Amino acid sequence: MTLDVTKPIVLERQFRFQFEPAQDCYVLLYPEGLIKLPGSSGEIMKLVDGKLSANEIISQLETTFPGVDLKQDVLDFLENANDKGWIRAE
Amino acid sequence: MTKVGSEPSKKPKGPMWVNAEITYKCPLHCVFCYNPMDYASTLKSELSTADWLKVFKEARELGAVQLGISGGEPLMRDDVEEMVAESSAMGYYVNLLTSGIGLTEERISAFKSGGLGQIQLSFQDSTKELNDFLSSTKTFDLKSKVAKLIKQYDYPMVLNVVLHRLNIDHIDQILEMAEAMGAEHVELANSQYYAWALKNREHLMPSREQLRIAEEKTNKFREKIGNKMKLYFVVPDYYADRPKACMNGWGSVFLNVAPDGLALPCHEARMLPGLTFPNVREHDVSWIWNDSPAFQAYRGDSWMQEPCKSCDEREKDFGGCRCQAYQLTGDATKTDPVCSKSPDHHLITEQVAKAQLPQPPASEVKPLIFYRDDKNSKQFASEMQD
Repeated sequence: MTLDVTKPIVLERQFRFQFEPAQDCYVLLYPEGLIKLPGSSGEIMKLVDGKLSANEIISQLETTFPGVDLKQDVLDFLENANDKGWIRAE
Repeated sequence: MTKVGSEPSKKPKGPMWVNAEITYKCPLHCVFCYNPMDYASTLKSELSTADWLKVFKEARELGAVQLGISGGEPLMRDDVEEMVAESSAMGYYVNLLTSGIGLTEERISAFKSGGLGQIQLSFQDSTKELNDFLSSTKTFDLKSKVAKLIKQYDYPMVLNVVLHRLNIDHIDQILEMAEAMGAEHVELANSQYYAWALKNREHLMPSREQLRIAEEKTNKFREKIGNKMKLYFVVPDYYADRPKACMNGWGSVFLNVAPDGLALPCHEARMLPGLTFPNVREHDVSWIWNDSPAFQAYRGDSWMQEPCKSCDEREKDFGGCRCQAYQLTGDATKTDPVCSKSPDHHLITEQVAKAQLPQPPASEVKPLIFYRDDKNSKQFASEMQD
C-alpha cells in the first residue's frame, strides 16, 4: 500500500512510542511486544504526531540535518512502517 | 580499573515483561486453569494497591515495558483502574487479561482514560459453561455486550480460546462466534498441562485426529475470512518432538508476581521444590531479579544434565520447561520430556497414546473432572501438608 505523503500521519491505536533508557533508543510498544527504533528511525517516528504529513516530516528533518539527502530514506522508512501497520495517513 | 583477564560483570538484563497476578479470585471454575492448585492459600494475603505500585515502579526502573494485569479474574479487585493509570504513567504498555466478567462501561471508560493498551478477552469454558455457551444465549449475550464495549472504546478485539478434548470438535461454532463478535486477533491454544489442567489431563488432551480436523477447519476459516482476523492455532506441546523455549529461558525476560507477593520466573514455578522464591514484600525487584538464588537457579545452562548439556539446540529451547520436567520426572533439572532426545520421552508418548483411545461420552466424563474452585483448592493444600 502506498502512503499518501500529503496527509497527516498517525500512529496506529495499539502502539505506544517512547524513549527507553534501558534500550538506549526509541521504541514502539504494542500488545506483548517491543520494536527498537535506533538512530534515524527513532528520529523519524518522533515526528509522527498525527499532524505532520510525510512531506512535512521530510522538510522538518532537512532543517534539522541540513545538507543531508534524506528524502528517499525517510520515505522508505515511512512506507515500510505503513506496510507493517504501525502508522497510517489520514 | 578492571583487571586484565577478569570476567566482565554478568549482570543479567532486566525483565521486559511483568505479569501481575493481582488475585486468584475468580467467578469461573475452568478445568484447564493454570493457577496453582493451592491458590486458595493466597486469598487472605493479597498485596495491597501500594505494594503493587511499588513492584511496578521497581521493575520499570530495570527496563520492564510490558505489564500484564491478570489473575484469577483481575476485575474481582476494585483497584485495577488505579493500577492501570499509575503503571501507564510509568511508561508501561498495559495489557488486561480478563474473562470479561465484571467489565462494565464505567470500568472500561476509566481504563481507557488511564491509558490501558489492550484487553485480552478469554473464553470462560468449563464443560458445563461450554454447553451453556454453545447451546444457549446466556453467555453469548454477556460476551457480545463486552465485545461491543471493547469496540466502542476503540480497542482491538483480542480473543483467547483454550481448546481441549471436550470443546475442540466445536471449532466451527467457536470460530463463527469469534467472527460474530468482530474479533480481530484470535488465539486458539490447546490447554497446556499444568496445575488443574494436569490434574484433568486425560480428559483435556485431544486425539491426533481431533487436532487434524480442527486445524484443517481453522485453516479453511482463515482463508475465508482473510485479513479481517488474525488466527493462531496452537497444538499441545505433547504432540511436538522438541520442547518449547519456555519463558524464553528462566529469569530471562519474564517476571511473574503472584497475588501474595511471591516473585516467580513463570506462572507455575511455585510448585518447584528446593527453591525459596522471594516475596516482593521483603525484597526489591532488583535484588529478586539480579541476586536471588531462585532467579539464578536455571538461568543460563550450567544447571543442565545430558542430553541438554551437550545439545546444540540448548540455546534455542533452554531444555524446555523446568516445571514440566519436574511434574513428569520429579527432577526440575532434567530435559523436558517433550523432547524426543529425553530419556523420559516415553512419559509423553504413553500419554499421547492414551489420547488416541475412543472418547467416553461426555456424560461419563463430567463427574471425573476436577473443577478449579476454593473447596478443591483448600483440599489440595491440606493434602500437600499431610
